[in-house]
Amino acid sequence: MGARSPYLAPAISLGTIVGALAVMQGLIAAEIVSPYIVPLPTDILASFERVVVEEGIPGRFAVTVGETLAAGLLIMLVGIPIGLLLYRRARLRTAFEPWLAAIAAAPLVLAYPLFLVLFGRSSLTIIVIGFASGVAPVALKTIEGFASTRRVLIDVSRSFRLTPAQEFWQILLPAALPQIFVGLRLGLIFCLINVVGVEVLINLGGLGQLINDLAERYDLPGTYAAISFVVLVSILFFAILGRGEKWLQRRG
Amino acid sequence: MAATARMTGASGQVDLSVSTIRGVGALVLLGIWQGLALSGFFFRDVVPPLQKIAFGLAALFGNGAFYANLAVTGGELALALLIGGLAGLLVGLLLGGSQLMSDAYESWLSYLGPTPKIILFPVMIMLFGVGSGSKVAMGAVSCFFPIAISVASGVRGVDPTLRRVGRSLQANAWQMFLKIELPAMAAPLVNGFRLGFGVAMIGVLLAETKLSNQGIGFMIINAYTRFDMPQMYALLIVTIAFAAFVNAFAVRLARRFGARTV
Repeated sequence: MGARSPYLAPAISLGTIVGALAVMQGLIAAEIVSPYIVPLPTDILASFERVVVEEGIPGRFAVTVGETLAAGLLIMLVGIPIGLLLYRRARLRTAFEPWLAAIAAAPLVLAYPLFLVLFGRSSLTIIVIGFASGVAPVALKTIEGFASTRRVLIDVSRSFRLTPAQEFWQILLPAALPQIFVGLRLGLIFCLINVVGVEVLINLGGLGQLINDLAERYDLPGTYAAISFVVLVSILFFAILGRGEKWLQRRG
Repeated sequence: MAATARMTGASGQVDLSVSTIRGVGALVLLGIWQGLALSGFFFRDVVPPLQKIAFGLAALFGNGAFYANLAVTGGELALALLIGGLAGLLVGLLLGGSQLMSDAYESWLSYLGPTPKIILFPVMIMLFGVGSGSKVAMGAVSCFFPIAISVASGVRGVDPTLRRVGRSLQANAWQMFLKIELPAMAAPLVNGFRLGFGVAMIGVLLAETKLSNQGIGFMIINAYTRFDMPQMYALLIVTIAFAAFVNAFAVRLARRFGARTV
């Protein structure tokens, strides 16, 4: 069997998207699909510029990214020390690791009305929800990272009589870093999902609020363009995190 | 057992079992909550005392409207899992069974999977209306991605020897699927449905909080609007506890089939 061309799969992928858009364009133009429910793909494309210029996409993008990064920083500052503490204290780890796993799996975003009551309808609420959704995976992966340090490395550090601080900075942390980054990637993904989600739900903040605003104004092409923009931003964000993780794994 | 193990460290250290540590941890958290509730630091019932939350829970279970709304949400969730699950299963089988299909489409699934699905809610309202249809659609779209990705990876993970055995026994396509493929990919399948259940539940409930006049999500946002904090806390406790229970059950089930769960 001959080798498959490396361009075949991307061509199929691209062809499917273009084909689906062309079919949709035809169905809407023929009014088989109502243009009052789904706008023409060409109208959506045309509205991109309008949405970017008139709806202040750069500013909204900065707000969403700022909220995500603020929550991400909190996740890092709290999640990694919690993971380290539980790694160092075996009894605490046995007691509380299942709690952390339960928190990581819990649909905490459903409690957004509670956060609204506690912190008001502000960016602080969005940041706290982003933080709450991402901190447990980071702590869990930090524990996993430190715990998976090869025994021989620790024995080498002991044979060189490294101090606990030296052992941490020169042996434990570098060994655990790839796994910690896996946790940070997961935490940031959960964080971004919840930040944008809560922006839509409480109609406040950056890109999420824009989708809500445009939908309430019944600006269909604008709504679809804004949704496409958020999807593109998400894909870019996840792709960058994925690349970063692979780079770290190669170095590890 | 770990839960009842005793500390064997140096003398002078407090000898605490794991269950004692957990009990102390729970008591400390509850104590902090009660302290905040009684401190007067927060406005009225923003942080209600524990007894009020307990009364709220009791009142909730004695409230007929709770069960009616639970039935609505349960029905929407079940339908969402059925539609999204079947679609995910079919797409996963297709992608897992063909390297070309996987190369062409699977990266889209991986990237679109984690995007926040709530942004699609305005579209779902336009397509399916403000009733249960849009909530079912939100749940179905949410659970489609983790199930499709898990099934695709499960199909690829099936031992080729098992397939050869099936073919040598002249099993037809249906028998191959039922007797060979399905049991061999049970672990990723259960894991995919576990993840799918969690996100479908979030999708349905968030959609109910955004725009609905029935369901548990509606009850939560209604309690918030009326500032009925004990009922809101009670609803959140029940919802999150239910999700945690189903997740824990599915984790056990997936591990029985040899799955690694995060």
